[in-house]
Amino acid sequence: MAGPRVIIIGAGPAGVRAAETLVAAGLVPTVIDEGQRAGGQVYRRPPAGFTRPAAQVYGADAAKAQALHARFDALAIDYRPETLAWAVRDQTLHIARDGVAEALPFDALILATGATDRLAPVAGWTLPGCYSLGGAQIALKAQACSIGARPVFVGTGPLLYLVAWQYVKAGVAVAAVLDTAPRGAQLRALPDLMLRPGLLARGLAMQVRLRAAGVTMAQGVTPLAIAGAHEVTGLRYRTAAGVERTIAGDAVAMGFHLRPETQLADLAGCPFVFDEALQQWRPEADRDGRTPRAGVYVAGDGLRILGADAAEVSGQLAARAVMADAGIASNARETARLYTRKARLERFARGLATAFPWPAQMAAATPDAVMVCRCEGITAGDLRDVAGDKNAPELNRAKALSRIGMGRCQGRFCGPAAAEILAAARGVPLRDVGRLRSAAPVKPLPMATRTAPTTEPDA
Amino acid sequence: MSGQPTGRLRRLAETARAPVTIRVDGVPVTALAGDTVLVAVLAAGRVLRQADFGGGDRAGFCLMGACQDCWMWTAAGERLRACTTPVAAGMDLATQTPGEDTWPAHA
Repeated sequence: MAGPRVIIIGAGPAGVRAAETLVAAGLVPTVIDEGQRAGGQVYRRPPAGFTRPAAQVYGADAAKAQALHARFDALAIDYRPETLAWAVRDQTLHIARDGVAEALPFDALILATGATDRLAPVAGWTLPGCYSLGGAQIALKAQACSIGARPVFVGTGPLLYLVAWQYVKAGVAVAAVLDTAPRGAQLRALPDLMLRPGLLARGLAMQVRLRAAGVTMAQGVTPLAIAGAHEVTGLRYRTAAGVERTIAGDAVAMGFHLRPETQLADLAGCPFVFDEALQQWRPEADRDGRTPRAGVYVAGDGLRILGADAAEVSGQLAARAVMADAGIASNARETARLYTRKARLERFARGLATAFPWPAQMAAATPDAVMVCRCEGITAGDLRDVAGDKNAPELNRAKALSRIGMGRCQGRFCGPAAAEILAAARGVPLRDVGRLRSAAPVKPLPMATRTAPTTEPDA
Repeated sequence: MSGQPTGRLRRLAETARAPVTIRVDGVPVTALAGDTVLVAVLAAGRVLRQADFGGGDRAGFCLMGACQDCWMWTAAGERLRACTTPVAAGMDLATQTPGEDTWPAHA
């Protein structure tokens, strides 16, 4: 009898290290990846035919990226690229590729689904030329393009400075890096950030170099509106001192750190907990990534935003948990070492959350006329109407009444701000308005999707 | 503005790839092998699609298959997500949503 049927979703740092750990134990996991090639978003590989050296694509993380790619490429597994995992039910995963759907039964499921940008709406954020921060990075990393000739970077998080610096290095005239985090926040975070002095030094050096390159830098800003009638022409913002300014630019890259992709964990029936430090919901899991739902494990940023290095650790831990639960032994000393490393990375991530806080008040104060839902054009005012007149006490009721979160992105981009707006309108803490329930398919499927011929299990 | 190139996205490197010809709104556009449809369209033009619920032009947003704000239509009435679809020679794309008379039968 073969070992347990293990499916890993995601081929970023968490998924790759989970797969590697299982293969080393003699298992053959199935890895489902939406990407064309393994690497995830952080170590995303450009398509075939691109020739830039790794140092140019991944900068200081080139060695890590190449090591992860090499690890994955050496694995003998059932790899399914360009495949969407769109539902989980009754120990069965539903996938689709090229318009063909298939159902895969599993004994263990490791969700390494990663993160997307955490967004808050700003007037004009649907104008052509405004991109998510992660999107701006993908344009450069995977397609060797910039989002414009003179982009403005606004938001907060380590990615804000990293992507802006990558653009400057690639020869782009970055107009500004405008951080919503207050000036003192980075200083307050120092004790935790000192745990990784090399990374801290890199982050600080980046800020110095951006300034030296002539980029306008500011902290404690409030973005007011993305300027432009038909496309982006600049960004209007308020400085920490309360002065209104407009900076010209033909593109805006915007993001406020990251949010975990948790839809599949939700569909699998995993309970969620509210993370006070990050002010967001995440699946409940023990330190190995084991959820209360038997056979379901979560690893990497899809569990909690801890970054790529921590994702490599939690991927290994989740695989070891799968093995332990299947009665397969693993090296206890190595597991202990992984716990220690993870605890350190968790403290560092807490430092990042302190240095680059989610701008809750800004999101809660989104003006009535601003479009919160990009998919269906629902405004902050629409949302306040259902919170008040229609008495929606939590997000799913607000969704039913206003359609917020019901559009094609399924609340990925409006959800965080919608929760803040609703909580403020109701005068309750953020956690009290709950979270948007996930629905299958977690991303749209073509209407013409058909079912693959049934294959006999263990055939 | 004079002297402004027509494309929204700027190619910074990797320009030695093989050219691939597609059509956007009936006009031939030269893309490069390995481009996503989003990059192919926006390296040559300014707009990708129209918002479904009013509100004008859109040009994509997340570039990672999450926001679904880059769907385009082909002349054959098929719908594709521009940021995750590799460009292919002969693609015939529209930046406008088809009208009711051209609504594809299978959608």
